[in-house]
Amino acid sequence: MQAEDQPVVAVEARGLCKRFGKLEVLKKVTFTVPRGTTVCILGPSGSGKSTLLRCLNFLEQPDEGEVLLRGERVGVKDGALMKERELCAFRVRMAMVFQHFNLWPHLTALGNVIESPIHVLGRPRETAVEDGRELLRKVGLADKTDVYPHTLSGGQKQRVAIARALAINPEVLLFDEPTSSLDPEIVGEVLSVMKQLSSEGMTMIVVTHEMSFAHEAADAVLFMDGGRIVESSAPDEFFAKPRTERARQFLQRYVR
Amino acid sequence: MIAGFGIVAAHFREFAAGLANTLWLAGATLVLASVLGCILAALMLSRTRFVRTSIGLFVDAMRCVPFLLLAYLVYYGLPELGIRFDSWSSGLSALAVYHACYVAEIVRGAWSHLPREQIEAGRAYGFSGYALFRRVVLPQLFFAAAPLIGNQTVYIIKDTAFLMIITVPELTFVASSIQATYFVPFASFMFAMALYWIVTLVVEASVRRIEAAAETRRAG
Repeated sequence: MQAEDQPVVAVEARGLCKRFGKLEVLKKVTFTVPRGTTVCILGPSGSGKSTLLRCLNFLEQPDEGEVLLRGERVGVKDGALMKERELCAFRVRMAMVFQHFNLWPHLTALGNVIESPIHVLGRPRETAVEDGRELLRKVGLADKTDVYPHTLSGGQKQRVAIARALAINPEVLLFDEPTSSLDPEIVGEVLSVMKQLSSEGMTMIVVTHEMSFAHEAADAVLFMDGGRIVESSAPDEFFAKPRTERARQFLQRYVR
Repeated sequence: MIAGFGIVAAHFREFAAGLANTLWLAGATLVLASVLGCILAALMLSRTRFVRTSIGLFVDAMRCVPFLLLAYLVYYGLPELGIRFDSWSSGLSALAVYHACYVAEIVRGAWSHLPREQIEAGRAYGFSGYALFRRVVLPQLFFAAAPLIGNQTVYIIKDTAFLMIITVPELTFVASSIQATYFVPFASFMFAMALYWIVTLVVEASVRRIEAAAETRRAG
């Protein structure tokens, strides 16, 4: 009953364009992400995947186009760019997980997880700590709450980063190549946490080169090339018979 | 000479008062220079070119000036322009401004080497403006700059001694007046040096502790 009142679309991008100097990185990118779904963005390096993700939470400011979060316009109010403070109110609704983790080195694992809940969202410390411990348990790091990031392995760091992302109760999780800087043997521990989140109904937008993850966990696949979404389909369809030649070539390189 | 140390021991209270003044001056200078140094460093990293270059020039010029001259200028020179401070205020403001310029250079260096990604993570998690600086930038700056600021603290302590020439009753002033009154220069100056040495050892021990803490909180 309540679900009907809530918008079905979590994130919508309309005609996003982004230029760096003369280089057009995004050329009118449009897509929607329904609530509770996992969308994987695939494509060759330099096709604009990460820029697209960073335009969604305005870490990069798109030159044209709109981003809507549950129907609310992100980043622009009354025709002008929002102030950084107003942007932040939207950013904490879309938690980002970075390729290089970007944990804060001066804080412990738990400190990283509770930092934004306490100092941005204004939650009481006790509940933030309690929730933080629970989230670290969820990502399998209950024994690492009090250690500093530099003592953790890459896979552990990324799982702390995922716990940090979950701690702000985001409406959407944005993953920017979360396993690309990990050793092959520890990619699995991060992917299994992500699969679990996906199956629990988190809304996730995942830029990745992990084809098996996209195949198993995604509800939809967006294939980007040259700043455009050239193919958008269900994963079974995409991996079985891609419609474009460009996607076929791309997939061939990932066939094992 | 042994008798000299006897006289010094008899005037221990004056030495202690001088030491207390030295510590107070050094502590106040450290706090003021750190705050002012951070502001100067932020201005040196400003996006406005005029601000960046003019503050940069000021900081560079200040670092080329012998501290003694600056103290003279503030205490004896400024009254000519109608700006008059007492000896304490002159001494403290000269120390604070002079060392703020060194701190600014240290902080600017540390700041420009901070990993940009972690600051971006701060923005992604809702921090902006002062909160971003206070929660994300400052702690990392502190651990990156602490060893050099610790070093600077030793210079601050030693520079407080110059303030004797503008009659601030700090440790060197006391040592000098005791030796002049009782003709015990060796004992008096040796004792003062020993006190400076002990204070410096304490500062260095604290810096080592901060460095150990920084080691466990290093980037990566």
